[in-house]
Amino acid sequence: MKPQSCVNINKEWDIVGARQLGRDIAKKIGFGTVDQARIATAISELARNIYLYADHGQICFEIIDNMEHKGICMVAIDVGPGIEDIGQVMEDGYSTSGGLGAGLPGVKRLMDEFDLQSEVEKGTRVKAIKWVR
Amino acid sequence: MRIPILKLHNYLLISIQTELDDQTAIQFQEDLLDKIHKSGSSGVVIDLTSVEIIDSFIAKVLGDVVTMSDLMGAKVVLTGIQPAVAMTLIDLGIHLKNVPTALDLEQGLIKLYQELGE
Repeated sequence: MKPQSCVNINKEWDIVGARQLGRDIAKKIGFGTVDQARIATAISELARNIYLYADHGQICFEIIDNMEHKGICMVAIDVGPGIEDIGQVMEDGYSTSGGLGAGLPGVKRLMDEFDLQSEVEKGTRVKAIKWVR
Repeated sequence: MRIPILKLHNYLLISIQTELDDQTAIQFQEDLLDKIHKSGSSGVVIDLTSVEIIDSFIAKVLGDVVTMSDLMGAKVVLTGIQPAVAMTLIDLGIHLKNVPTALDLEQGLIKLYQELGE
């Protein structure tokens, strides 16, 4: 495991900053162009969720490099309103913000591993991993 | 950041060369509709060759601007969508079904010319 780097999400431009950093890390690890785009897009969706629903939060990236696996792990954390019905937000097309409702189910499809934990009034934590093939 | 919109005869040409943040995308939507209104253009090509990421928000803005322009009477064609971007959009579940597309700027202009004449 290598030390992680984090980006704070406080303003809209931080969405771009987060996905650029994630893309750079993905490139360094050896992901191809398509997976770089997948990872950057997933980061963009997670960062936008933080910005839209929680105002502030953080996305941290960690490089996983061991005998069996090489990959990128990202964790998006906020102390926002939380998600009441996780089943509902994982449905395609569900949105409370007038968006396309592609965000979280999209991130799940873009990445290899996906874990969503949320508590109402406390916040949300999304962890996603993509492995180098 | 403003995206330049070029006028060529009856058409408008846009090549998006910057990293699209939300504000730039919304501003572009307004600028394009305004330019269509002022110039009376009947066709628009938005070239996305240099765009490396289209997330759900940018996809919505682009899809909306096509529909909005259509309401005003101008036809928009999106061109040059990169393979990685196309794959990512489908993973996201975004199909942009009613959006006219073409391989590149040249094909986009041909498409407009065939449909609109002039």
